[in-house]
Amino acid sequence: MIWALVATPLLAGGALLLCGRRADRYAPRAGVAVAAAVLALAVAAAAVRPRARFRFLPGWDSGLAVDGLSAAMAVTVAAITLAVLLYAAAGREHERAGVRVGVGDNGGGGEGEVREARFFGLMLVFAGAMLVAVTATDLVLLLMGWEVMGAMSYALIGYWWADGGRVRAAGVAFLTTRAGDLGLYAAAGLAVAGTAVAGTGAAGAGAAGAADGGAGPGAGALLLGGLAGTGEPWRDLVAAGIVVAALGKSAQLPFSFWLSRAMAGPSPVSALLHSATMVAAGAYLLLRLRPLLDATGWAGPLVAWAGALTALLLGAVALAQTDLKQLLAASTCAQIGFMVLGAGTGAVAGGTAHLVAHAAVKSLLFLCAGAWLAVLGTKDLDGLRGAARRHPVVGVAFAAGALALAGLPPLSLWITKDSVLAAARDVSPALYVLGLAASVLSSAYAAKALLAVWRPAPEPAPEPAHKPEPEPGASSGERVGALRVLPLPVLAVAACALGVLGLPGVAGPWRRALGVPGEHGPDASELAVSGVLAAATLAAVVAFAGRRTAPIASAWAFGWLGLERAVDVVVVRPVFGAARVLAAFDDRVVHGCVRGVARAGPWAAGLAARRVEVRVDGLVAAVGRGARRLAVLARRPQTGQVHTYYAQAAVLLAALVLIAVLIG
Amino acid sequence: MTVLSLVIFLPLAAALGLAAVPRAPRRAVLAAWIGTSAVDLALVAALWIRYGTGGGAGSDGIAYEENARWIPSVGAGYHVGVDGLSMPLLALTALLFLACAVYSVRQEHRLRAFAVLFLFLETVCLGLFAALDLLLFFVFFDLSIVGMYFVILLWGHGERARSALTFFLYTFLGSLVLLLGFIGLYLGADPHTFDMVELIRRPPLDGSPGLAALTLLAIGIGLGVKTPVVPFHTWLPPAHTDAPAAGSAVLAGIMLKMGTYGLVRIAMPMLPDAWRRYAWVPLVIGLLGVLYGALVALAQDDLKRLVAYTSVNHMGYVVLALGAAGFSGGTAARELAVSGAVTQMVSHGLVTGALFLLCGVLSDRAGSYAIGRYGGVARGAPVFAGLTAVAAFASLGLPGLSGFVAEFQIFTGAIGAGRAGVAAAAALSVLGVLVTAGLFLRVLHRVLLGGPGELTGRVTDVRRPELAAIAPLLVLSLAVGVAPRPLLDTIAPLSDAVVALVAR
Repeated sequence: MIWALVATPLLAGGALLLCGRRADRYAPRAGVAVAAAVLALAVAAAAVRPRARFRFLPGWDSGLAVDGLSAAMAVTVAAITLAVLLYAAAGREHERAGVRVGVGDNGGGGEGEVREARFFGLMLVFAGAMLVAVTATDLVLLLMGWEVMGAMSYALIGYWWADGGRVRAAGVAFLTTRAGDLGLYAAAGLAVAGTAVAGTGAAGAGAAGAADGGAGPGAGALLLGGLAGTGEPWRDLVAAGIVVAALGKSAQLPFSFWLSRAMAGPSPVSALLHSATMVAAGAYLLLRLRPLLDATGWAGPLVAWAGALTALLLGAVALAQTDLKQLLAASTCAQIGFMVLGAGTGAVAGGTAHLVAHAAVKSLLFLCAGAWLAVLGTKDLDGLRGAARRHPVVGVAFAAGALALAGLPPLSLWITKDSVLAAARDVSPALYVLGLAASVLSSAYAAKALLAVWRPAPEPAPEPAHKPEPEPGASSGERVGALRVLPLPVLAVAACALGVLGLPGVAGPWRRALGVPGEHGPDASELAVSGVLAAATLAAVVAFAGRRTAPIASAWAFGWLGLERAVDVVVVRPVFGAARVLAAFDDRVVHGCVRGVARAGPWAAGLAARRVEVRVDGLVAAVGRGARRLAVLARRPQTGQVHTYYAQAAVLLAALVLIAVLIG
Repeated sequence: MTVLSLVIFLPLAAALGLAAVPRAPRRAVLAAWIGTSAVDLALVAALWIRYGTGGGAGSDGIAYEENARWIPSVGAGYHVGVDGLSMPLLALTALLFLACAVYSVRQEHRLRAFAVLFLFLETVCLGLFAALDLLLFFVFFDLSIVGMYFVILLWGHGERARSALTFFLYTFLGSLVLLLGFIGLYLGADPHTFDMVELIRRPPLDGSPGLAALTLLAIGIGLGVKTPVVPFHTWLPPAHTDAPAAGSAVLAGIMLKMGTYGLVRIAMPMLPDAWRRYAWVPLVIGLLGVLYGALVALAQDDLKRLVAYTSVNHMGYVVLALGAAGFSGGTAARELAVSGAVTQMVSHGLVTGALFLLCGVLSDRAGSYAIGRYGGVARGAPVFAGLTAVAAFASLGLPGLSGFVAEFQIFTGAIGAGRAGVAAAAALSVLGVLVTAGLFLRVLHRVLLGGPGELTGRVTDVRRPELAAIAPLLVLSLAVGVAPRPLLDTIAPLSDAVVALVAR
């Protein structure tokens, strides 16, 4: 069953991708049907709790399993995927007739419909990878789901690939999250090293390995359950790697900027990527590995502070945005910050409840934003004035989501966020205050969004002057299709009601299901404080913004804290610079040496030919010349005339006599 | 003659047959070439299946062994056999040569000679991976250089004569150094022999660490040039750039493996002391190759040069893993590293082979590898774009494809061995994964996606033979990535054995 759960979306998605354009006609229906099947499987799996053990690599235990936490995650993933695909499948009729607007035909701010097989295939693989990641019981499968998810997000963010800007945005998202993923790669090796150090009886790992038929002592080293038992000092490094990976995936500080770039994708992609998959994976991993964070001592507080700071700063970023999707994106970072805070402070049930409720809220908000973007052609907050009034169903659904996001009692995020904050207060009052400040900000930006769409449009409502070049298929005044609206009320109800996970009657079983029965929820005073704060903030924003929607925050917050530019300056450019320098070095110096050696050969040969050879040859020639000269000299006396011979003989005799006399 | 010898020499026989028929019609040449390669692949697959079920393996894990007299005066024999290291590489060789044959269906220029040369090279490569005698290994090693020289020289493009000569002289010089090393092993063995099995059983030069170090140095340089490791890699980019697509695929996919194959087969088990003592050298050189290769590749604007440099990066992982296996530390982790190294050889063969064939498609249509002159190719050539994207993601190590299985094992094994220095080197090498991701995304962006470029209009989609050649490579990469056990279970006994032999 667990296999069916993860394999169904992966295989179906793969099949759709393989069929390509031929499957375009059937893709929407097939995609929705598969998503529905996956939801059914997820619900069944949540009830049955199947598990599978196997060895992906020989000698190392792997597995997939559904426990309380992964059951909650799996059902959330499947439900949101179904809602999002329903929305996407309900695109307008004329695309079905073959008018393709996806591929590059749409302008900068436009939003084409996504009804191609490629879209549904990628989305299903995306969801399937998330399901693998949340049901994996070991680092190999976790990493596989984790990275495939990243690659699918690349393909989906860059879905309209003819637009270079979107492709670049997709690349930024993939590379940033992959930079974090390196932490998981390292963590796997470190865990193996740590298990070897911890010896054969390594706490959880050894037991799990033995239970699996007792192969080598380290066979369980990669199991998530045993990571807390790895030996020192490796455990700290494992925790560090995992924390980096989780923060990267969840777009926490300092990685947040990639989520801004992720907005380049179609709205349904944002709706899925920002809620139940991708960004949720980091928070999920930290919640799952709470024992490891506990064991190190430092990782919990670190994670808690990272989450709280992200919640605060990205809350400010959200407030500063003038684009609805960018606002929602920053708010995703901030809300995930609360989950990460929960993981860091031990609020596993609270953090998970927040994750599930936020998934419903955020997918709802993105689908609403997408619906308006498709029919109005803008996601600019000013441009959306009156949008909610013209499309009341979408408007009401959006209002429900935004109020929940604001933390207004009795809606869902009010309770779930307070569950997290209650745990934060136990750990450190400073964290609690930070969290409260962050929730005030979340009320403020939710109010800003709400106000923007519900304010009456300026009279009369002409084509907004600032509207980007109109994109095909999006005409003002067109109604949002009825089918398209269908998932919105369902999500809205979920967004409002999922707070029950924090209510006394439900919270008990919920905590037991997650294996943290001892966790306590917020007390009444905390709930009251945050509820009043949220309501007051909402009221204040509405009151003050009646005159003017001035972006309160600075350009710094508007530009997502300048993080991307910082990374560009500190990392990207130096790396490219180094690459160019090394390439030149490789060409000139390394290969230059080789060429030099190669040239040295002919040069040496030439040298030998010209110099050495010449000398040696010259010597030989000189000897010859000398001999010839001597011969010439020797020939001279031989005249052939007798009188000269006599003369020569006389001279010779005289010389001999002279010598004899002199010697004698 | 055993079935293994049949596998090795069948292509050569076909080559001789083709050479003997001067006016063979085009279709017949193609049929003979593809048919022979296909039969050979089927035979190798049968060998693997039988090997996997425990058939034919001797006590030391060597199956299909054959040992005939060849040059008894120097103790060299025709000794061939198959184990967990050779089996995957033989299969890779047979597969890639078949892919090249199918890919070359549209080859116009001197098809018969091309087929003869490739069939000859197939025998050479198969023979090398099956050889259990140093001299036999060396003969195949050198013949591969000769064969590839002619492939580049006669069917290349650009500055092919220069590149071919660089390739030949550089790697031939390397092979001479390798021969010195082999002679060192021969003289160090008592009694003198070139037989690998004997040399592994009783490691030569046991008592003389200085000579063993020199021998390892010679072998290391000889194999390092072929692999290639930094700084002996500069023959590779020009050779690839100017070689024909099928030649590049064979050169990168198979011939580079000869270097690392030799390290696992010869250097590690025959000189275990020296390997352990100098294990930091391959570790550092491997790390250097990983980072240097990736960074230099990032700066390339010529697609083929870029892929060539990623080969330096990928082979760097192999060398790094083999170095890590030479340190003391967790046995299971080091076995994982060696298994990862062998997996990487197979994976790199599949993926880079596919990438080079895809480069060939681009060059065939538009005659250029300049990344900047393309853009938006996905519109006119969606299947080409899909294949390239899959190959690129496989090469950057995306899970679900073979590169991940290899690199994950290498990282986990090298870090997991528990030595701080090795773990630090391996952790640094993980950065290579990020740089490769960056460079392949850059390729996807600049060639396949975005707005159209100058040459985009000329790129038509892949033709059927091209698809038939490339798709199976990627499908296998996917298979290895999703279900690696058949491959890893074949490798596992070998990696266990190598780690045990090095630890002697």
